Amino acid sequence: MSGNEPSKLPLDSWHRERGARMVEFAGYEMPIQYEGIIAEHNWTREHAGLFDVSHMGQLSFAGDRVAEALEGLLPGDFKNLKPGKSRYSVLLNDSGGIKDDLIVTNADQHFIAVVNGATKQADYKHFFRKLPSNVGVTMHQDQALLALQGPDAEAVMVECLGIKGAPDMGFMTAGLADWRGNWLWISRSGYTGEDGFEISVHVDKVKELAARLVSDKRVKPVGLGARDSLRLEAGLPLYGHDLDEETTPVMADLGFAISKRRREEGRFPGDERILGELKDGSIVKRVGFTLDGRQPVREGAKLLDGEGNVVGKITSGGFSPSLERPIAMGYLATHLSDEGTVVKAEQRGKLFDVTVAAMPFVPHRYKRQQGKK
Amino acid sequence: MSLYFTKEHEWIRVDGDVATVGISAHAQEQLGDIVFAETPEAGRTVAKGDDAAVVESVKAASDVYAPVSGEVVEGNEKLADDPALVNSDPEGEGWFFKIKLSDPSELEGLMDEAAYKDFVANL
Repeated sequence: MSGNEPSKLPLDSWHRERGARMVEFAGYEMPIQYEGIIAEHNWTREHAGLFDVSHMGQLSFAGDRVAEALEGLLPGDFKNLKPGKSRYSVLLNDSGGIKDDLIVTNADQHFIAVVNGATKQADYKHFFRKLPSNVGVTMHQDQALLALQGPDAEAVMVECLGIKGAPDMGFMTAGLADWRGNWLWISRSGYTGEDGFEISVHVDKVKELAARLVSDKRVKPVGLGARDSLRLEAGLPLYGHDLDEETTPVMADLGFAISKRRREEGRFPGDERILGELKDGSIVKRVGFTLDGRQPVREGAKLLDGEGNVVGKITSGGFSPSLERPIAMGYLATHLSDEGTVVKAEQRGKLFDVTVAAMPFVPHRYKRQQGKK
Repeated sequence: MSLYFTKEHEWIRVDGDVATVGISAHAQEQLGDIVFAETPEAGRTVAKGDDAAVVESVKAASDVYAPVSGEVVEGNEKLADDPALVNSDPEGEGWFFKIKLSDPSELEGLMDEAAYKDFVANL
C-alpha cells in the first residue's frame, strides 16, 4: 500500500460504468450516488437497493475457546451464541469506550466479525495483540461484501440468485449458500432498517454477482449517501460520528449489546464503569431529534438549554427523504432526554428548536422470526 | 446581458446595473438533491464575498457568497417552497437573489462562461 492514496474497490470500474460519483471514504474511492440520494433512498425502501460495502473488514477468529477469548474484548454473550446466529456488539477500550461496532457471527468452526472500513486495520491489530495466542485472527481481503436491502430483497435472493433457503433465514442468522458453483456467505442483516441480506463473495466473482443482481428489475445500485440517510432514519449509529472511544455503550443507548449473563459476571474492558452506568445511568445519552421547517442541523451543532448552557451535541443530521423533514441524532444531558423535550441547536450562529423524538424515525422491517414477516 | 462565474461556482447575469445570482449547474450537480434554500431579503446590503444565501442538499450545507457588492433587490421566494428548482433549472428558475451593483468594476475579476468551463474541467 502506497502512502495515503485511496484504494480501489473490486467493483470500482463497475460503479463508474454505471455513472457513480466516487468520493474518498475510509481510505477507498467509494460510490456516493448514482442517480441521486433521494431516488436511491426511496428505491431501497420500496424495492431493493444493492450496496457495495466491500470496504468493511471481514475478520475471522479460530482456535480453542474462541468464544471465551472474544468475551475478553466484547461485552456480548458468545459462549451461548448458537451456530448460524449473529449478534451486534462493540469492541471496547480499557475504559469502556467504543473502539468499533460490529456484527459477530458463530460460523460453527470459527467466529466471523464484520467491522467498519475506517477502523478495520486498528481492529485487526487490537485483536491480534489482545487475543490469547491459541486464537488466530484473519482479515479476509479476498472477500468482497454486497448488501441487498429492501422489501424485494428476499424474492430477489430466491428468484434471481436461486438461493432457495433465503426465506427460511430470520434476522441475524447466517450461512453458506451455493451460487453457480461458488460459495456465498449470506447473513440476513444490513444497516438500513429494511429487511435484507449481506453477501460475502470472493473478489473474483463479485462483478458477476453484482451484474446478475442489477439485471433484476427490482434491484438498483445505491451509493453511500443513501446508506447514510437510511441508517439515520433507522436510528442506527455510525462509527466515527455517533460512536467513538469517548462513548460507552450505555451513553450510546446500546445497552442491549451487553448480554444478561455478562451484566452479572462483568469481566469485559471497562466493566466497572459500564456496569455502574447501567445501574445509575450515564450523564449523557444518545437520542433522536426532529425539527420543524426544512433546514437540517448537521453533525457538530451544539445543543443549548434555556439558559444557553451547552447540554449536548448533534452527531448526525440530515434530511429524511421518507419523512420529508430534517432529522438528527446526538448526545444530550440525560435529565433533558425525555421524548418531547425542546432544546436549542446552534449552527453557524443561528438557533434552531430541536425536539427529542423516539427512534427509529422510520420503523424497522426486519424479518424477526423464521418463516414469519 | 453578460454572464459571469466565480471560483466558488456562483453565476452572475448582469442586466444594466442589476445582477441575478445563482449556483452553477456544476455546483448543483456536486451538491446533489437540494432540500433547503434560504435567500436574502430585499434591502440587505452585501459586500463582495459575504455569505448571502444558504443551500442544503441531503448530505451537505453550503453558503452562497455575494460575487459582487450591492443592495439586494429581490430574493427568489419560490425556492422556499420548491428548493429542487436549483437542481432542475440551476441557471434559470433556480436563481437565488438579485443585487443592484454598487461597484460594476468588481465584475472584471470574474470568469466568462468559456473560462469557467475550463476551470471546472481542470478541478
